[in-house]
Amino acid sequence: MQMSSRMKNILTPIIAVLLGVLVGTIIMIASGYNAITAYQALWNGAFGDIYFIGEVIRQTIPYILAGLAVAFAFKTGLFNIGVEGQLLMGWVAAIWVGVSFDLPKIIHLPLAVLAAGVAGALWAFIPGYLKARFRVHEVIVTIMLNHTALYITNQIIRSVLSDGKERTDMIADSASLRSVFLEGITDYSRMHWGITIAIICAIIMWFILEKTTTGFELRAVGFNEHASQYAGMNVKRNIILSMVISGIFAGLAGAMEGLGTFGYMAVKGGFTGVGFDGIAVALLGGNTAIGVVLAALLFGGLKVGALNMPLEAGVPNELVDIIIALIIIFVASSYIIRWFIDRVSKKGVK
Amino acid sequence: MEYVIEMLNIRKEFSGFVANDNITLQLKKGEIHALLGENGAGKSTLMNVLFGLYQPEKGEIKVKGETVKITDPNVANDLGIGMVHQHFMLVDTFTVTENIILGKETTKGGVIDIKTAEDEVRKISERYGLAVDPQAKISNISVGMQQRVEILKTLYRGADILIFDEPTAVLTPQEIKELIQIFKTLIKEGKSIILITHKLKEIMEVCDRVTVIRKGKGIGTVNVNETNPTDLASLMVGRDVEFKTEKIDATPGVEVLEIENLKVKDSRGVQAIKGLNLSLRAGEILGIAGVDGNGQTELIEAITGLRKAESGSVKINRKNVLNLPPRKVTETGLGHIPQDRHKHGLVLNYTIGENMVLQTYYQKPFSKSGVMNFKKIYDKARNLISEFDVRTPSEYTLARALSGGNQQKAIIGREIDRNPDILIAAQPTRGLDVGAIEFIHKRLIEQRDQGKAVLLVSFELDEIMNVSDRIAVIYEGEIVAIVDPKETTEQELGLLMAGSKKKEAGEDANV
Repeated sequence: MQMSSRMKNILTPIIAVLLGVLVGTIIMIASGYNAITAYQALWNGAFGDIYFIGEVIRQTIPYILAGLAVAFAFKTGLFNIGVEGQLLMGWVAAIWVGVSFDLPKIIHLPLAVLAAGVAGALWAFIPGYLKARFRVHEVIVTIMLNHTALYITNQIIRSVLSDGKERTDMIADSASLRSVFLEGITDYSRMHWGITIAIICAIIMWFILEKTTTGFELRAVGFNEHASQYAGMNVKRNIILSMVISGIFAGLAGAMEGLGTFGYMAVKGGFTGVGFDGIAVALLGGNTAIGVVLAALLFGGLKVGALNMPLEAGVPNELVDIIIALIIIFVASSYIIRWFIDRVSKKGVK
Repeated sequence: MEYVIEMLNIRKEFSGFVANDNITLQLKKGEIHALLGENGAGKSTLMNVLFGLYQPEKGEIKVKGETVKITDPNVANDLGIGMVHQHFMLVDTFTVTENIILGKETTKGGVIDIKTAEDEVRKISERYGLAVDPQAKISNISVGMQQRVEILKTLYRGADILIFDEPTAVLTPQEIKELIQIFKTLIKEGKSIILITHKLKEIMEVCDRVTVIRKGKGIGTVNVNETNPTDLASLMVGRDVEFKTEKIDATPGVEVLEIENLKVKDSRGVQAIKGLNLSLRAGEILGIAGVDGNGQTELIEAITGLRKAESGSVKINRKNVLNLPPRKVTETGLGHIPQDRHKHGLVLNYTIGENMVLQTYYQKPFSKSGVMNFKKIYDKARNLISEFDVRTPSEYTLARALSGGNQQKAIIGREIDRNPDILIAAQPTRGLDVGAIEFIHKRLIEQRDQGKAVLLVSFELDEIMNVSDRIAVIYEGEIVAIVDPKETTEQELGLLMAGSKKKEAGEDANV
């Protein structure tokens, strides 16, 4: 029986995750920990309690948006490594609006979210424009802009949003995504309304890419610039547009952290890592909207569940980072897994 | 010991699809043996089996009488089998010598001994009459010379049996002549050659015997001196094929394309089109004959808006379209079958259906207020697929998965269906077999008969002579002559293409 490519696309990340877990087990046993208790602790820490489930979803929200940002760019032939920087810009913009105004919620919250999207879009416009106009590779520009964004946001926090302090004030309630209702049903976790925004964005990404004329052009340019130009598409405009849309998703991821989870922004010594994890989420999710949502849930679960591993099983949570890293390696080497599936399914024929 | 290579009853399957079914090919020592078949007939698969890239499910391979198992290309190399691929496997930034020794470097104390290697390369190239400069960089030498480097590579590895995969597809007429000379030298030096091709003329000219395969099955082997092109073509296609496409005389109408004093620079900034004048009337096919690199690409790109021109004018239906964006030009009534179907003609990762609307996807009914209507798109695609005989498993198949001939039919279907006043066909039959060529020529003539103007650019003189109503010869970015195909000969065209201006023709070229 020949396996359909759709089936292969689903099977590949699952096998990658299982392999990651398997190698993680070996490492744990080799370092003298009980792997079974460790995984139990991981599970309990992620799904063992309604509170943890709420936290997992909370963690999943920025992962979905960061993953969408990477996936959208990737589907249109661009590699947006700058999600982290666009996220930081979005975060600071959301907080700025959140602390500066006092407006009715119906205006204030959308305005703060919008500001984050615009900030992310502008930050992504730079590499998009440079690529379209001067053929500067977007990877280099976005990496550099990550660092630029980190220090700019730190500076804004210190000198604009506070008087030399290390963090901003809390945003006004009218700009907050926090939900008494969602907190209530999850035993006072920090789960917030951002999950609806993230899901809507996933649907929007799918719709733009698969259903609209714009998406048809964006994907065509990503696959073959020459043929797109021949077909009368504006290649430069599409490259910029792709980066800008990707940047909006990234900026919104920042808004989720700022308006939902934290309510403020603090000076950072280093990156949040969410933007980079977004690359792994997109990869694991096969750059599809539904795949990104599922992969983000997995990453959220691992990240939150890991906090329980030192408490319940005495395993350092660095080990969870190792397992996540292993999963990424196996996903990245998905060609090997595909090749393996091909072999196995071919053997089945004989 | 009569045969140097025997491939007996070879069968090769790819997940249910039989690419080679019971094919036998026997190569005598010192002969040039053609392997003839349509695109997708299984020629390359068979040769890849011989070269060790694929393992056959059934069958036996004998080299010099001994049964062998060729598990990978290194084994093939050791057995003295060398392959010159259609798409060259060369490192552009390396020199000729570096490419030739790659993987088999001569070393002296762990360091590559380039001097000895160069001498060796020079020796081999002199012996076989393969003129190359061992120190030249690949990126700086012509396609014909690159091919000679590929040949040297196999000889350097001690090959006695050389497989050529469509070697003339990328060559100019002059280079083809040189290659045929090289074949003769190789045979004289005791080599044997398998020539994969679907060009009947070449087979008749250089080959001793020919093995024909059709749809994966071996049809048989015949001696070339006992056959003729017509018989070979029907053996290959499985039905009678017309070489000369029948056509009535043209009845040219109004002028639809008018190019005046056009100047265009190429990508390196060199003047490629130097004040070119040309006019095209409705209801005629104007062939542009010329050796590759005389400005044909730049001319087409300037007309279609893909390249900015320096100056001059290009008028379509009396409207100047020079330097308008490609879409604006397309919409004035221009269809374009591009020279490179993979680079420009198709988005290979799009389905064949999506490719069918590549020029019209933004128009109704395929797109309505920014949302695509895929049902309408695939309905359209189904129609075009059946109308233009595109052989594809379905309209949802990726364009990548189709054979070259079917990809080309899809492009032609798409462009003709838009009903353009002018159809530009650049190398429309490059790399295609006689069946597909016949189909495409018929379609071009059909367009003409419907009162459309066709601009045909081709490096194949046969095609130009056969299809055109008028022939314009391009040389170094200028039209140097306009001739009537009924009154000219290939020799005369060849001379004009090489730059020797016909006495009077140079004068009335500015038509």
